Amino acid sequence: MTAEPLLAILVGVLFATATYLMLRRSLVKLVIGLILLSNAANLLIFATSGLTRGAPPLIPEGMLTPEGPVADPLPQALILTAIVISFGVLAFAVVLIHRAYEVVGADDLDEMKDTDT
Amino acid sequence: MRIEVALPVIIPLFFGALALAVWQWRGVQRAVGVLGSAALTASGIWLLVAVWNDGVLAMHMGSWQAPFGIVLAADLLSATMVLLTGVMGLIVALYSLVSMTPDHERFGYHPLLQLLLAGVAGAFLTGDIFNLYVWIEVLLVASFALLILGGERAQMEGAIKYVTLNLISSLILLAAVGLTYGMFGTLNMADLAAKMGEAENTGLVTVVGVLFMVAFAIKAAAFPLFFWLPASYHTPPVAISAIFAALLTKVGVYALIRFFTLMFTEAPEVTQTILLWGSGFTMLVGVLGAAAQFEFRRILAFHSVSQIGYIIMGLALHTPLALAGSLLFIIHHSVVKTNLFLISGISYFARGTHELKDLGGLYRTHPGLSVLFLISALSLAGLPPLSGFLVKLMLVRAGLEIEAYWIVGIALLTGLLTFYSMVKIWAEAFWKADPRGEEAPANGAAWPGRGGLWLLYGPVAALAALAVLMGVAAEPFLQLSIAAGEQMLDVDAYVEAILGADAR
Repeated sequence: MTAEPLLAILVGVLFATATYLMLRRSLVKLVIGLILLSNAANLLIFATSGLTRGAPPLIPEGMLTPEGPVADPLPQALILTAIVISFGVLAFAVVLIHRAYEVVGADDLDEMKDTDT
Repeated sequence: MRIEVALPVIIPLFFGALALAVWQWRGVQRAVGVLGSAALTASGIWLLVAVWNDGVLAMHMGSWQAPFGIVLAADLLSATMVLLTGVMGLIVALYSLVSMTPDHERFGYHPLLQLLLAGVAGAFLTGDIFNLYVWIEVLLVASFALLILGGERAQMEGAIKYVTLNLISSLILLAAVGLTYGMFGTLNMADLAAKMGEAENTGLVTVVGVLFMVAFAIKAAAFPLFFWLPASYHTPPVAISAIFAALLTKVGVYALIRFFTLMFTEAPEVTQTILLWGSGFTMLVGVLGAAAQFEFRRILAFHSVSQIGYIIMGLALHTPLALAGSLLFIIHHSVVKTNLFLISGISYFARGTHELKDLGGLYRTHPGLSVLFLISALSLAGLPPLSGFLVKLMLVRAGLEIEAYWIVGIALLTGLLTFYSMVKIWAEAFWKADPRGEEAPANGAAWPGRGGLWLLYGPVAALAALAVLMGVAAEPFLQLSIAAGEQMLDVDAYVEAILGADAR
């Protein structure tokens, strides 16, 4: 039993949930949707680059290459970078909706149409 | 090791950090801001000369060989864009010395501007698609903070749309990067270009290509994904609107050009068709949106959308002449649109409003400003002998050469409608009588003194002169853009320059 189908389903559910939340009018749900979307994208990187279980990419002492197939460390590095970036950006988004709530006085995107055309 | 490839990224990062370190001394911060942009311009010139002489340059960061490490790569397209970034940064930094209030500066305008420039230059220079995502996030975070500088209600509302749609676009980009790595096991652009033909599942490659297209089309504000732009660009202080108009959508357009000339070229019947239709709709919808507006900066924001359509049209036509036209159009649009935003800022200083119905009589009180506006506006509309005429001529000719008549028709119609809405601004803001009456003071309380006026008018006049120069002395610009267009289509040479001679 490989974990890939499970991950694929999880990624799909996360994308769907995020889309649903972002289509609501509430600002808070909008940001929660963005958070889920970023997690979905990160898991997608993890799933598409292939899973190798129980084989850390370590080279045994005295050898120049690892024995047998090992997990690819690059996607993990990508995900780590992406997590840090989305953490920073989403922290900004949370502060932004807080400020917007203070200025506009409503947690409702329909109240924020002044700059639309 | 070519240090000039990395300098345009290092310089603004360094000056941004320096500006943070002198947070307490506002005067020093202002000097650091101008100095940093000037240094970026100088390094841009150095890079462009080096690329012109030696062809595509690459710098392997940390001496990790491509495709394993991150590569910074500069071809003529990248180098030109970097030089444009430097020039626009310098112009706006000078202008904002007067136009930014002390409050805005106290909240970190100068360091943020440098970080924005670093992000933009990094996105133009990187040769790695994950690294491109990282640079786009750098410039996005800086632009988020710049957009809400001041914290007015309109800015908050605009920022929510801007932030949400740009984050969604970044996450689509990230997902596409992940899928690409899953298929090819590499993220290096040159390596991807070399391996693109080996894909087992060509349908999936096309799908991922379209995912990239959606992500970058949101950033470029192409139809039907542009709605964040007219909702947000008119809300921040005018210098910030100007630098956004000059550079941010250009990053999206640059990435589209890079991806669909270098990498995702296997299914042109899908990608080029979508791009061609998208460009036509972008041109028309943008200009029609502008025709319905009566606020100076909103009109300009909608025109930004419309002009993006021309640039994508050049990419969709996909001949050397069309790509050269696209590159020249990017330069032309940055120069002219930034200038129009800066002029709207000066008219705001004079009258305290951006609403066309409250403006008026500027021609009588500010004839110099009117002439500068007319040069930029007519250039945007594409009247000879200004820059807009040259670039539209190139795109129209490229379209006629491959018999894409309907897109040429749309481009010409859009030019006419652009002319209409520029004339609308001219008639309302400059030509008609001042609605406050003949005796009203020419300038509001915020009007700067003589020294300030030099810093407001100087950058505007320089950009107007550049727009004239691009039309009158077109030869060097043409040579540069045509060489760049041919280089973009020469994928093998690019791959060889990055990966070494035995890559293919």
